[in-house]
Amino acid sequence: MDWSFFVGHVNYWLFVVLMMTGLYVVVAKGNLVKKIVGLNMFQTAVFMLYISMGKVHGGTAPIFPTDMKIDPATVYTNPLPHVLILTAIVVGIATTALGLALVVRIREEYGTIEEDEILEIEQDMASEENRIHGQAMGGRA
Amino acid sequence: MNTLIDIVVFTMLVTTALAVVRTHSLFATVMLSGVFSLLSALLFVTLDAVDVAFTEAAVGAGISTVLMLGTLALTARSEKPSSHSPLIPLLVVLVTGAVLVYGTLDMPAFGDALAPAMTHVAPDYIARSPAEIDVPNIVTAILASYRGFDTLGETAVVFTAGMSVLLLISGRRITRAEAEKGATGNAKGTDDAIGDGSDET
Amino acid sequence: MQHHIVLRVVTKLLCGLIVLFAFYVQFHGDYSPGGGFQAGVIMAVAFIAYAVVFNLEMAQKVMPARVAHKLAALGVLIYGGTGVVSMLFGYTFLDYGAFQPGHPSHGQHWGILAVELGVGVTVTGVMLTIFYAFTSRVPSISDEEW
Repeated sequence: MDWSFFVGHVNYWLFVVLMMTGLYVVVAKGNLVKKIVGLNMFQTAVFMLYISMGKVHGGTAPIFPTDMKIDPATVYTNPLPHVLILTAIVVGIATTALGLALVVRIREEYGTIEEDEILEIEQDMASEENRIHGQAMGGRA
Repeated sequence: MNTLIDIVVFTMLVTTALAVVRTHSLFATVMLSGVFSLLSALLFVTLDAVDVAFTEAAVGAGISTVLMLGTLALTARSEKPSSHSPLIPLLVVLVTGAVLVYGTLDMPAFGDALAPAMTHVAPDYIARSPAEIDVPNIVTAILASYRGFDTLGETAVVFTAGMSVLLLISGRRITRAEAEKGATGNAKGTDDAIGDGSDET
Repeated sequence: MQHHIVLRVVTKLLCGLIVLFAFYVQFHGDYSPGGGFQAGVIMAVAFIAYAVVFNLEMAQKVMPARVAHKLAALGVLIYGGTGVVSMLFGYTFLDYGAFQPGHPSHGQHWGILAVELGVGVTVTGVMLTIFYAFTSRVPSISDEEW
């Protein structure tokens, strides 16, 4: 692993670090809003990784001069990842809003947005139902 | 110069991410996520993706912060400390990260002009769009014309997500007690409550 | 927000400028960074800023929720409609050459303009719809908890 390999790949690794920080928040934190923030961070890190693959050394932003007199020597950065990520960001905010709406509904139903407490309430409800139905079915259920 | 900017922005991004992990105040978390978006927009500019930077700055730092604050107003202000040990999540994250890093070892170096991503359709778009589309911004040309179907799909997804949010949280709030009373008492009451949800926001 | 006079005056001034900027981004997207997605978000931000500084009712006098819902659907209709119109001219779906048969690249300009307008209208509508949905919900916790 020589120096040029390191310089050429280190930013990919930094993106992976950011991604994993987001994933850690999603997995380790019990709060639903925080999980969504973590998911957003993960998403943004993926976008950055994707865009960085389109970068060309010495390239410029993929916009021609307004008079369309194009200098053949100009190198343009790959515009395709930009298109895909640009739409993905807007779709991302729409789906984030959907996730937040679900959090709001969960809070209204359960009175909490902590994962542990929701699971506890679910467990209580299940055992309560089991008790009622169990009696109705002669204690067999 | 560019490297220096990259290093500074990366340091700030990682610091912000770690601060999100550490803090227990949800308000601070939401604000930090806005900061994270703005910093990533900065990084997008250094990567020549000006359109993406523009979108990220408007969406990530603007709308998403507002929506999350709206959610906080309806839910909770602070996070309760988790009772679980952080060891298992840490292990999961480390293993996933190691696998991803292993995956990047095969990738072409950053900024390589001969990478597969640069030699397939991208040069074709850049070479053909002045004659075929005649629009200075290549990103717009690809977005709206070459990949018009793709964008139609994305627009439909945005529309669908908006409508789903509307279905979930618009209209009158029905509590559990009300719903049960409606189910046993008069069924018409619940019908109405669901029915007038759409237009009364 | 009754006592924040600076905020109120500045927001009143800025809202118009934000809408103007949104239109610039929308219709200048062919020449500079921008386009329907960004313009839609910026347009929605103008109304959101107004609603945040004043209140929801005043913002909904300017842009009622039902109008926002219809805008969201209208944009997708404009986008899909552009494709259908190009089919009516005998071209394939979303082939903008249809709009000026003698000069394909001018046809492309018309097509891109129409399609970006559709995207912008949808994004404006959806962002406002989402914002209204969240803010018109009555909070179940008190303000003292902040």
